Amino acid sequence: MKRVQFSSPLLPYLFLAPQMVIIIVFFYWPSVQAIQSSFYLEDPFGFGASFVGLDNYRDVLAGSQYAGIALFTLVFTVLVSGFSLGIGLLLAVKADGVIRGNATYKTMLIWVYAIAPPVAALIGLMFFDQHIGPIVKLAAFFGVELKIGLNFNDTAFAMIVVAVWKQIPYNFIFFLSGLQGIPVSVREAALVDCKSGFRRFWTVILPLLAPTAFFLLIINMTYSLFDTFGVIDVMVKDKAANNPITLVYKVYMDGFRGNDLGGSSAQSVILMIVVFALTIFQFRFIERRVHYN
Amino acid sequence: MHRTKFFDHLILMIGVFVMVAPVVMAFLTSTHEAAEIHMNGLQATWGGHFVETYSKVLTKQGGFTGEVTGLRMMMNSLVLGLGFAVGKVILSMLAAYAIVYFRFRLGTLFFWMIFTTLLLPLEVRILPSYEVMNILGLTNTYTGLIVPLLASATGTFYFRQFFKSIPDELLEAARIDGAGPFKFFIDILVPLSKTMVAAIFIIMFVYGWNQYLWPMLMTTDERYFTLVRGVKQILQVWIGSQVPDYNEAFALAILAMLPPVLIVMLFQRWFIKGLTEGDK
Repeated sequence: MKRVQFSSPLLPYLFLAPQMVIIIVFFYWPSVQAIQSSFYLEDPFGFGASFVGLDNYRDVLAGSQYAGIALFTLVFTVLVSGFSLGIGLLLAVKADGVIRGNATYKTMLIWVYAIAPPVAALIGLMFFDQHIGPIVKLAAFFGVELKIGLNFNDTAFAMIVVAVWKQIPYNFIFFLSGLQGIPVSVREAALVDCKSGFRRFWTVILPLLAPTAFFLLIINMTYSLFDTFGVIDVMVKDKAANNPITLVYKVYMDGFRGNDLGGSSAQSVILMIVVFALTIFQFRFIERRVHYN
Repeated sequence: MHRTKFFDHLILMIGVFVMVAPVVMAFLTSTHEAAEIHMNGLQATWGGHFVETYSKVLTKQGGFTGEVTGLRMMMNSLVLGLGFAVGKVILSMLAAYAIVYFRFRLGTLFFWMIFTTLLLPLEVRILPSYEVMNILGLTNTYTGLIVPLLASATGTFYFRQFFKSIPDELLEAARIDGAGPFKFFIDILVPLSKTMVAAIFIIMFVYGWNQYLWPMLMTTDERYFTLVRGVKQILQVWIGSQVPDYNEAFALAILAMLPPVLIVMLFQRWFIKGLTEGDK
């Protein structure tokens, strides 16, 4: 906070009013509703609702698909975060190392950030198309038959490829700016002490990048959990039956397709708790890491 | 030394190829005819039907009611992107100003109330949000499309961080010179924030333009469809057609990515600055 501040009885409330009104109407009201309706069973014909305690939660968690979808969500999150972080870091380290063409590489590597996930998925869908997709043809050349939309694993593969492709630029930007923030003196000292480039990276550069990497890890996990909705929705084309979906997609499906308000709300609340835990974890960890700055 | 540089460039070039080639190929394929794509797969050459396909996509009456065209969707996307970006900048700048520069009783409570919105993305409270919009009668309106998306604190935090980095002496000096809260905000803080505003505007425009789930729920009336929302429509028409209009689908995808991509490329420096300095 500032040492000097204005003090006015009315002005700060006036300035905060628009933001607060919007947050209360469009954030707090729905959130409270979600928590509330997770304890109720809605009559399918709209004749009121009855309190059922934790039944919705029990039904959700005991549901035949829930464990499987949760497992897929976990695998999906780990693979998407892992690959996009790894590739982003590799490209950032290389882009940081070269001088010639530096700016061109940078521009070419970041602009995919601006493509919406469903649009990326639409392009991906055609690259993996049964008739016209070059990736399917390439796989067939190596004797692998890809059936996107029919085979669970093949669809999952295509989803992960698109989700990773879309997320690489974001990680690249942050790793590059993290690398460029490392003082020249540190790099030179490392160069004197250690000949091997790989060991220098492992023992000096990577620890200095740790705060960036950790911040990105959380961001990538939230991306994989939530922002990939568009990718999944386009890839499964409304036929979720045999296709891989994530927990967020199930919230949407049960709520809007299945009209199961209580179950969908209970799932929302479970996800809220997961995000909440992730965020608390992030802040605790970042506080401990603060000495790097 | 030379060899390592060679491999560095090689890896970067492969990276660039993987990122760029799919989009270039999508664009080139969109200039071919649907039947040709259907027979020969994706194309890596110029097809010569660019004007034909794109003018068709932009002006042809489509959808179920026949009221939506590519141009209409593009306009809706612009309304969403610009409305969201402008709203976000104004709201969050005012809120951050109040939080950083004023001492008032409910300050801490408000700060935490805003902070909490960072914890729950729209996707997890999607159904109740939709119900609320129904109660308020805001479905199929631009207000319903834009305003609920503003209910998150990202922008406020960008500006809060930035305002905190401005030296205290500035306010002290301004107060000695007799500047009140309005004068200080308009004459000193706003000019100082120009770069930050530009950066946040770009990020928020891209974010708004790229929204998918929310427009999908809020707009059932085709007149309010955005380009990104239109992707869903393409797919629904697609299922069950003999020779899908691959060329038109690709053209629509290209149109849907063009404005945000151009903005990110043109204002790259501001965009990166805003992203990496504000997000921490």
